[in-house]
Amino acid sequence: MTDDVTRWTATRTATAIADREVSAVEVTRAHLDRIAAIDDRVHAFLHVDTAGALAQAARVDAGEFTGPLAGVPLALKDILTTKGVPTTAGSRILEGWRPPYDATVTQRLRAAGVVVLGKTNMDEFAMGSSTEHSAYGPTHNPWDLTRIPGGSGGGSAAAVAAYEAPLAIGTDTGGSIRQPSAVTGTVGVKPTYGGVSRYGLIAFSSSLDQAGPVARTVLDAALLHEAIAGHDPRDSTSIDAPVPPVVAAARAADVTGLRIGVVRELTGDGYEPGVRARFTEAVEVLVGLGAVVSEVSCPHFGHALAAYYLIAPSEASSNLARFDAVRYGLRVGDDGRRGLEEVMALTRDKGFGPEVKRRIILGTYALSSGYYDAYYGQAQKVRTLITRDFTAAFGQVDVLVSPASPGVAFPLGDKLADPLAMYRQDLATIPANLYGGPAMSVPAGLSEGLPVGLQVMAPVQRDDLLYRVGAAFEAARPFAPTPLTWEV
Amino acid sequence: MAATIPYDEALAEFSPVFGLETHVELGTLSKMFCGCATTFGAEPNTQTCPVCLGLPGALPVVNAKAIESAIRIGLALHCSIATWCRFARKNYFYPDMPKNFQTSQYDEPLCVEGYLDVPVDGAVVRVEIERVHLEEDTGKSLHLGSASGRITGATHSLVDYNRAGIPLVEIVTKPVTGTGLQAAAVAKAYVAELRDVLRGLDVSDVRMEQGSLRCDVNTSLHRAGEPWGTRTETKNVNSLRSIERAVRSEVERQAAVLRSGAPVVQETRHFSEATGTTGAGRIKDDAADYRYFPEPDLVPVAPDPAWVADLLAALPVAPSVRRRQLVEQLGLSDLDSQAMVNAGVLDLVLATVDAGAPAAEARNWWLGHLAQAANTAGVEAGELAITPQQVARVVALVADGSLSAGLARQVVDGVLAGQGGPDEVVAARGLAVVSDEGALGEAVDAALTAQPDIADKVRGGKVQAVGALVGAVMKATRGQADASVVRRLILERLGVEG
Repeated sequence: MTDDVTRWTATRTATAIADREVSAVEVTRAHLDRIAAIDDRVHAFLHVDTAGALAQAARVDAGEFTGPLAGVPLALKDILTTKGVPTTAGSRILEGWRPPYDATVTQRLRAAGVVVLGKTNMDEFAMGSSTEHSAYGPTHNPWDLTRIPGGSGGGSAAAVAAYEAPLAIGTDTGGSIRQPSAVTGTVGVKPTYGGVSRYGLIAFSSSLDQAGPVARTVLDAALLHEAIAGHDPRDSTSIDAPVPPVVAAARAADVTGLRIGVVRELTGDGYEPGVRARFTEAVEVLVGLGAVVSEVSCPHFGHALAAYYLIAPSEASSNLARFDAVRYGLRVGDDGRRGLEEVMALTRDKGFGPEVKRRIILGTYALSSGYYDAYYGQAQKVRTLITRDFTAAFGQVDVLVSPASPGVAFPLGDKLADPLAMYRQDLATIPANLYGGPAMSVPAGLSEGLPVGLQVMAPVQRDDLLYRVGAAFEAARPFAPTPLTWEV
Repeated sequence: MAATIPYDEALAEFSPVFGLETHVELGTLSKMFCGCATTFGAEPNTQTCPVCLGLPGALPVVNAKAIESAIRIGLALHCSIATWCRFARKNYFYPDMPKNFQTSQYDEPLCVEGYLDVPVDGAVVRVEIERVHLEEDTGKSLHLGSASGRITGATHSLVDYNRAGIPLVEIVTKPVTGTGLQAAAVAKAYVAELRDVLRGLDVSDVRMEQGSLRCDVNTSLHRAGEPWGTRTETKNVNSLRSIERAVRSEVERQAAVLRSGAPVVQETRHFSEATGTTGAGRIKDDAADYRYFPEPDLVPVAPDPAWVADLLAALPVAPSVRRRQLVEQLGLSDLDSQAMVNAGVLDLVLATVDAGAPAAEARNWWLGHLAQAANTAGVEAGELAITPQQVARVVALVADGSLSAGLARQVVDGVLAGQGGPDEVVAARGLAVVSDEGALGEAVDAALTAQPDIADKVRGGKVQAVGALVGAVMKATRGQADASVVRRLILERLGVEG
């Protein structure tokens, strides 16, 4: 049974490797070959670690690892550190940096026998919704190479959609896993904040960042979720409690009697008609599966975007201060004549792109004495109100649903000149980050031939509910494969 | 050199207000937010990891022992302990600060509203404590190529991150007013008392010269009835003597400025050990904006009140109380105990007494020969290479007649010189007292033969002249003889009544 292994799910790949139908090295080579063949057009990867991937695959074949993902290739977002393997966060300022340590997520992947193929493209420091803000050029959407793959984790989503890897890791601060998944027709999950360790995740906004799985099926995503989740003593904000039973939930795939709330504030104006149509159909599918659907109001969601664009840049302005040319990364203008501050300033000027600078300036302003209460302080209050909206909603229903993204993938360059239009891409995804609860995007059909995502949101530490809904929906409405018309 | 007005004259015209910010490096085995070691003096950049180097992706984890130490300090200073508080980021760029923000505490300190009673000239002055909070230390920059060793004019700089992330407790007093001429003495006595408290808690080695206890002194002057004056902050004043000198120097300088009608500039000033005066540093304008915000990488600290109560119950006896006990139990005078506090030897004396020495002997050693040795070496008595137990051993050797007073000093000097413990020095140098009269007789006879004229004088009734003969015998026996025995032998031989 060796049709093209790159089309297999992670589950099938792992089983085939465990059953010795195919070796992990063969699987890895097939994916590396595919990357070599098409990635000049997709540009999902910033760095392919051929030697490291083959070495890990050989260890799997030698029987060093067992488990449900042993030998399965994976694309890792370039914001998670990998020991000895370049890690740039999509920025010039980290060009050439090879971290001396593995992120906890990286460590857990290696320990599970997962084969890390390489590091994926992203908006610089995860700031963006199109991957066009990468310092290394944009990633192209495998559904239509002239369109964006979403962002910031466009590389991870595109790699999965283009069959360069069955699995990928993304990070989600305001939608950077879910929006790319929505526009590439993949499954993307932002786990509960604290569910997956942030140790080694290069911080954009510490109180919002969360790493999570990207896959082509809900079960694959659940297996990956389980592999990376769990308490980590090196991350103080990591939750010290059992990981919700996500794999069992994905296998159960049952929404009978589940109370599902449609968020009134995440529909209507601001969402493309095609997206609204697919969302309405998705809700009907869930009703058909036995779910009890009602409309729920979250009155403060309308302020989520504004609050997010104060909190995230504020934290970023501080998190990104460490990139100063002193200890690692880029150093510009150190010619023996210039002073320290001038070298720092020149380095940051050359090393950061315009979107990163915009957010550093925004955040610096919002935290300034005299403005703190009006901006950062006020945004924190809004965050509390949004959390209360979620808590109240989860008193009435088990999960909430909405479109994952206001529109389908837009053409490259379309919104670069209009930051606010770009920011609005995260309208539906940001509330879950501010609240801290888990959220998923699953493919919900096409509009104008391009994927639309259904978002499911659940209470904190109820990540399993996402997988119940996602898997039931997937069974009822199988996901469309990426057509890859450009490949023929 | 700027104009100054003598201290007494300045304080006849102006009232001083001062405050102290003291940074204490905790003696925890690991750093504040990572597992790196904290040993002083290690090779540069050998005690570092991704966390304390601020590498991308690294995250802090709070050292529970540091929290405990900070709470114990707060309790010893009679503070209230927060039931819930957070760390905050203090944002500013500096190359020896790896993340370009310091993880500190801002508006939610761990301990607030306490006091420390400070003995000054036989009276007690209460210094109120505003807050005690935890933060991380920075690395150390070494600026090369400039004459001053400062960054100005340097051609390049080296940074050692071993110190980066070492837990620091910052103890901030409220402004101290109404001390008048005693201002400088109170400032010094506060730091001395604080140091004794910290030493008693065993939370830090409180070595000012190694920087594990560092003080910034804020000083201002105003005329009676007028609002407080503009303050200056004198940074890193790193000895007890310098605390006093820094206050004096700022009082003398600011008085001259004010009398000339000029305003005092709000600025950071540097204290010079060499001149004992302060020099202008960075202007501290209101534009300095640290953009504090709660540290999102750490969860709030919420000490269990029952645990805090346990810590309070287990606190050691305060130095002021021990001092009183010493006065009562050991019969020392107030003045004596005060002198010991001022010399920073109180705990050393107590430890020596604990090791078995009589209080008076312990006091005499630490305020006498050892204080002198410390002064000569330019170190604090506590840094001398002799332990209280070793001092007690020397006292014991004198008491049992094995050593004379002079020999005891030689033994102590031997210990200070690193020649081993008291018994080893005695053995190595052959410093046991010679009291065998037979052995001494020879030396006595030799002395009498060598100086017949003096022997005649003594015989003739000038008994005080015997000192020269005793000295000759002592010299001949290299100080090992018991001088009283020698004197008796000489007088016996000359047939004179002692």
